[in-house]
Amino acid sequence: MSNEIELIKDPGLPAHVHRRADSDPVAATRAERQVAILFILSALGTLLLIVSYIFVKSDKFIFIPIMGKTNLQQLGLGMGMAIALFCIGAGAIHWAKTLMPDEEVIAQRHEFRSDDEDREEFIKTVKAGASAAGLGRRPLIKRTLGAALGLSALTPLLLLRDLGPLPKDNLTKTSWKKGTRLVTDPGDRPIKAEDLEVGAVAQTLPELAPGEERTLNNIGKDAVLLIRLRPEEFNLDAERLSWTYQGIIAFSKICSHMGFAVALYEQQTKHLLCPCHQSTFDVTRAAKVIFGPAARPLPQLAITVDAEGYLVAQQPFTEPVGPSFWERSS
Amino acid sequence: MTARERIAGNVAGYVDDRTGAAKWMKKNLTKVFPDHWSFLLGEICLYSFVILLLSGTFLTFWFDPSQREVIYDGGYQPLSGLKMSAAYASTLHISFEVRGGLLMRQIHHWAALIFMVGIVVHLLRVYFTGAFRKPREFNWIIGVGLLTLGIVEGFLGYSLPDDLLSGTGIRIAEAIIQALPLVGSYIAFFAFGGAFPGEAFIPRIYTVHVLLLPGIFLALITVHLMLVWYQKHTQFPGPGRTEKNVVGYPLMPVYMAKAGGFFFIVFGVTAFLGAVASINPIWLYGPYTPGQISAGSQPDWYMGWLDGLVRMSPPIETHALGHTISWNILIPGLILPGIMFTGLALYPFIESWATGDKREHHLLDRPRNAPNRTALGVMALTFTIVGLLNGGNDIIATTFHLTINQMMWFSRIGIIVLPPIAFIITKRLCLSLQRADRELVLHGRETGRLVRMPNGEFTEIHEPISAEKAWLLTSHEQIAPLELPELDEAGVRRPSAIKNKLRNRISRATAVAVPKASETERRELEGHH
Repeated sequence: MSNEIELIKDPGLPAHVHRRADSDPVAATRAERQVAILFILSALGTLLLIVSYIFVKSDKFIFIPIMGKTNLQQLGLGMGMAIALFCIGAGAIHWAKTLMPDEEVIAQRHEFRSDDEDREEFIKTVKAGASAAGLGRRPLIKRTLGAALGLSALTPLLLLRDLGPLPKDNLTKTSWKKGTRLVTDPGDRPIKAEDLEVGAVAQTLPELAPGEERTLNNIGKDAVLLIRLRPEEFNLDAERLSWTYQGIIAFSKICSHMGFAVALYEQQTKHLLCPCHQSTFDVTRAAKVIFGPAARPLPQLAITVDAEGYLVAQQPFTEPVGPSFWERSS
Repeated sequence: MTARERIAGNVAGYVDDRTGAAKWMKKNLTKVFPDHWSFLLGEICLYSFVILLLSGTFLTFWFDPSQREVIYDGGYQPLSGLKMSAAYASTLHISFEVRGGLLMRQIHHWAALIFMVGIVVHLLRVYFTGAFRKPREFNWIIGVGLLTLGIVEGFLGYSLPDDLLSGTGIRIAEAIIQALPLVGSYIAFFAFGGAFPGEAFIPRIYTVHVLLLPGIFLALITVHLMLVWYQKHTQFPGPGRTEKNVVGYPLMPVYMAKAGGFFFIVFGVTAFLGAVASINPIWLYGPYTPGQISAGSQPDWYMGWLDGLVRMSPPIETHALGHTISWNILIPGLILPGIMFTGLALYPFIESWATGDKREHHLLDRPRNAPNRTALGVMALTFTIVGLLNGGNDIIATTFHLTINQMMWFSRIGIIVLPPIAFIITKRLCLSLQRADRELVLHGRETGRLVRMPNGEFTEIHEPISAEKAWLLTSHEQIAPLELPELDEAGVRRPSAIKNKLRNRISRATAVAVPKASETERRELEGHH
């Protein structure tokens, strides 16, 4: 016995098994009819689409189990289109599978590598071309060309400069100033301390000067949450405590992680939760992060009341609101 | 010759007179394509791309990509009188007043999801069967490019309606840009034409979404298909199939009918989904305003794993020298995905470096016969799935009565622990399957028939498997590990020697296999019986 291991041999392509439609004319006719029925169904689908478009009112709703209240026109259009398209496809494939030749064919592959002669010729051409251009022999041309190409890449960068203004202090400043009243959002009504019960939350914005328009850009920086606790529930240092008023504390509503609205307040635990990435802030400890990806507490807005008893800001925010950025210093 | 055949002949002649295409066409009309259900996955992507072009064009006729503020006075009563952007108002108009508009919106969104699922499953098929090996590396890279662009295109698409959910997605994008060291806030201000949200972003991404990216898609898909055509499709191993041939059906007429028909089937199924399955009901979310949010905000699934990574990230920021670096955004939002996509794109080269295999391959691998590759794939998949699960952590927590903290800690630990475990289990499974194949070839199929021997012993009758099956189970080749010199001629370790040692070690790990059954062994066993 030799040491050569004999491998199992390829038995070759199995013999072709004919379909019934290949030999039996009855089966072939049946298949033909099935294909035709599918195409007719498709036509009916288009008909359903046309009828739904013209005759069904767009405000008519019907109840369908699982789907619930459904717009009849939208359903008719969609189902008509679905049937019309699907049946064309099903018909064509059934046709191919039952009536078109199904004998497997063998084709040969060819190696992609060109034969040695062609390759050599090709390489020679490339070399000749490169040396004819003489890039290697003329370093001056090479270097100046490189510099010119590199510089020309600045053009699109330069031309895109006017896409927007420079950030300047836009990321660090909000509309809050000393004495700006907090007004409800929506409603724009100024708020008195007694408007908020203990445990209540309110979304507020800075009061607009007459004639001023509120833009989304402002809301994106100015939104502030008011929360009222019992004053003894706070666990704050003296400065931060002086930023609250009768148990009312104000935080930027814009998450310090990615800038979403921190909109979920858990009254029992006194936690603020960002619904997007679940950063959780403890209201009693100046919105310290206790869970999630946020790395900084929500900036606190110092508040007090004005002569008329309405809540106002003591001073602007002492740090930028919203997500971090490179120029941010803390 | 029938009249119809004559007409067909005349058309062919007319075309050839003007283009000289006959020589090329006669060869290519009968081009052979191998048949397998998994080869349809790429087709699904192609067809849903066409559906996206058609339905998307329809939507552009009514969509107004502007963030100009308008007061809504359309047919949807609950939002009547509200301030909103023209983009959102026109999306409501398409949904409620344009007949078939909602259907087209839903078809467009469903087609986008199918496009992305198609790409990912197609990629998995190509990966696990080793179809990316030489000479198909270019096509693999193009495919990875299409996947990446698909994610971007999908994100831009669902950001356009400017509803509360999509605005939230844009805010993430803005925060990621803003987190870039040095240039972040500048790029953010250029992209948004000023502070977030501004009025410039949606018109700008609209151009990218409907013109720039589709154009790039079209070019890449064309090259992708031309390469498939020119290089001929890979085929699964089996009797009569070799590295030198293609076994299948000719393009004309069988494949034309099947592929053409399949387009209509994909379109039909998408239309069915658009008709019955509500998707992205933007009228329920309301217009975008940065001060509001809805609970349970989720991105589409192909972004979900990235969002999951962001959610599980530990709260790390560096504050130094008056500057801030947000690792909690940069690592999950840019660095990890960057590493993953680069690794994915370079995988064919990494594998051929590890195995030292530089030959052409046209026969696909059964995943069990490449245990290392399969295990690596499952490992990457596990990583992504943990990310995806965490992307829906709020929904999962409320559905299964868990706390968000439990979910988050499961993900934070799982993303590190589970992928290596998945690697080990998969590799063991592959080797077990190889062993099972070997058993099957050597000892045959268990028939379930028990026979009592004269001596009272019970045995089960095994039936030899067919020659075709035996070939299928043994036709793969098992490559020997590399044996590069670990010492140079003088017997001294040099840098290259250390590299060789590393390569040898990786290659040994890659080449682990259960020896496949051979005819010799079969005959020996027969002799014993």
